[in-house]
Amino acid sequence: MSKKVENIVEFANELRWQIGDELHDHLTESIYADAAKIASASVSTENSKKSFRLDAKIDKIVTSKIWGFPIMFLVLALVLWITIIGANYPSSMLATLLLDNVHPILKSFAASIGMPWWLDGFLIDGVYLALAWVIAVMLPPMAIFFPLFTMLEDFGYLPRVAFNMDYLFKKTGAHGKQALTMSMGFGCNAAGVVATRIIDSPRERLIAIITNNFSLCNGRWPTQILIATIFIGAVVPSSLSGFASVSAVISIAILGIGFMFLSSWLLTKTVLKGEVSTFNLELPPYRPPRIWKTIYTSLIDRTLIVLWRAMVFAVPAGAIIWLISNIYIGDESIAAWIINSLDGFGLILGLNGVILLAYIVAIPANEIVIPTILMLTVMVTGISGGEGAGVMFELDSVNETATILRAGGWTLLTAVNVMLFSLLHNPCSTTIYTIYKETKSVKWTVIASLLPLIMGFVVTFLVAQIWRVF
Amino acid sequence: MEKYSACDTCGHFNAQGLQKLGVKVEEVDYVIALAGNPNTGKSTVFNSLTGLRQHTGNWPGKTVIRAEGAYAYNDKKYKLIDLPGTYSLLSTSDDEEVARNFILFGKPDVTVVVVDASRLERNLNLVLQILEITDKAVLCLNLMDEAERNNISIDQRTLSRDLGIPVVATSARYNRGIPELIQTIEGVANGSIKCKAHHVINIPKNIKKATNNLVVELEKQFPKLPNKSWIALRLLQGDERIIKALESGELIVE
Repeated sequence: MSKKVENIVEFANELRWQIGDELHDHLTESIYADAAKIASASVSTENSKKSFRLDAKIDKIVTSKIWGFPIMFLVLALVLWITIIGANYPSSMLATLLLDNVHPILKSFAASIGMPWWLDGFLIDGVYLALAWVIAVMLPPMAIFFPLFTMLEDFGYLPRVAFNMDYLFKKTGAHGKQALTMSMGFGCNAAGVVATRIIDSPRERLIAIITNNFSLCNGRWPTQILIATIFIGAVVPSSLSGFASVSAVISIAILGIGFMFLSSWLLTKTVLKGEVSTFNLELPPYRPPRIWKTIYTSLIDRTLIVLWRAMVFAVPAGAIIWLISNIYIGDESIAAWIINSLDGFGLILGLNGVILLAYIVAIPANEIVIPTILMLTVMVTGISGGEGAGVMFELDSVNETATILRAGGWTLLTAVNVMLFSLLHNPCSTTIYTIYKETKSVKWTVIASLLPLIMGFVVTFLVAQIWRVF
Repeated sequence: MEKYSACDTCGHFNAQGLQKLGVKVEEVDYVIALAGNPNTGKSTVFNSLTGLRQHTGNWPGKTVIRAEGAYAYNDKKYKLIDLPGTYSLLSTSDDEEVARNFILFGKPDVTVVVVDASRLERNLNLVLQILEITDKAVLCLNLMDEAERNNISIDQRTLSRDLGIPVVATSARYNRGIPELIQTIEGVANGSIKCKAHHVINIPKNIKKATNNLVVELEKQFPKLPNKSWIALRLLQGDERIIKALESGELIVE
């Protein structure tokens, strides 16, 4: 330190002795006094209580001890319900267009210009179909889910969720604002991880980052919805099947929140011990959401960006699926070889080799798990209905999908465990990369990636064992 | 660029037809910092000025990274920095540090403080702290629509006179008041609007005396240092970051 600065600092220290240690308090008081004086000189209110009362009334209901949680789940169920029901029609329209109409045109075009079979298979059956699937299955639910979620945000409901859950977070030793980042995670885990920057304490921020993956993200909702519709909806009378499948999906989401609390608690009891920090949470006034603007911006900002990401990752994944199904070692394709070696482990978990391989291939994007499973199942069982080795496809009727999965040896147990495993496995590669960027630590990135995977193995294993006893 | 019509040089027309430059922030003439309490609509103001679509939401602490954007007005380019929302600049949490350091070391040409018009008193605490650091500021009285709904009216002239900086009423969600804000920012940036910022008056005598002594000393050692009394206060509180800044000379304006 230079002499000049040293002198100044010394002088300042000397002066500090003379004024005592209440400097900060005095200063704050002076500022508050001035602020109050200035405000009172220029602000006038008439019967202002009247309009504040509505906000307070809503708050009393949505943050009440009795109604707070039921209202939260009801809102979540409503958003999901609208998403599931509303996405059906555009989804099947897009599937018809991209898979039934455009795909054959591309195939015949490739044949007419004499494209070699391997290039045609690689580009059109691999890359194109992967893209088409992601667009058809992801775009409609996202285009409904994101604007609805953004409207809740705009309205001011999120801070109330945080307020309701604060008590639970404190109990587990985590930060109350984790409720906000957790909610973001329901849209996208990578976004949720970035949002943890609102948490000041590094310890609590790490907990929020590591456990964000337990929020069922947008890429996993379609998997949950499809499997629940096929298998859970089928065990109840058809009049109740819609209700049963929505409840199953919501149970998985709530189970995820449960696991988030459990692992937060485990972390604070072991590697991330420490004090819970306090914070002020301002409950902002409710603001009427601007519906059109919200739809527009959330389509541009969230939907298209997430879709773009999924497409970028689906292209290489589609290519890899096609390649491993068409490159042979001896008389078995690489895919068949991997599936056979994973099968034993998979069966112990109540899953199978196909599902495990699909989750490996789908590390870049959770969205492509189901098409990969279908394609690989058709390939190993050799049943008709698919489009050939290494071709990802979607079956128009849910019944047909069910037939293929049952032929692949799926039972109700497999379905339940796929739903559980979809909740509890490693984050997608984007999220892993984001975690690394935010924590700058290989150690925490590895922990955040493996913790949910290990939990997934343990949970599916236990469920399978208990299931088989009964 | 050659000018042909009166519209091209008319301030009001240009403010309406503001050229939003999005993320093109190179070669700017002025740097504008956007500060304020959490959840006062800073990001909405930022978006309506730059044409960017920085995600907005009705919850405090939504902006976690410093966002940058730009706009052009009357042939000048402005770079806009959206700082994280803070309640004060006196404590040491990360987001407050980001905001304070930028206002202090980033030396913005204008600091726009966005406040919630229906919660003015609480918001003024931050405004007063910012005015201790910088003179060149504009008060953006945002969320006027909400204040009106709550039957709150604000005498902008009195407020402007008391604070010593221009006050602009806006409802950024509905794009109201944005042209006026742009014109005011221009005025403060090019010096045609003079600010004489309010400084906190009723500081206890002994603190005032200590500060004055330290200012005299600072005057001797660092004659070029801006807002010495604020730096003196921070030194009295033993602010490590300020000591470091004195050492590195980053506080000195040329």
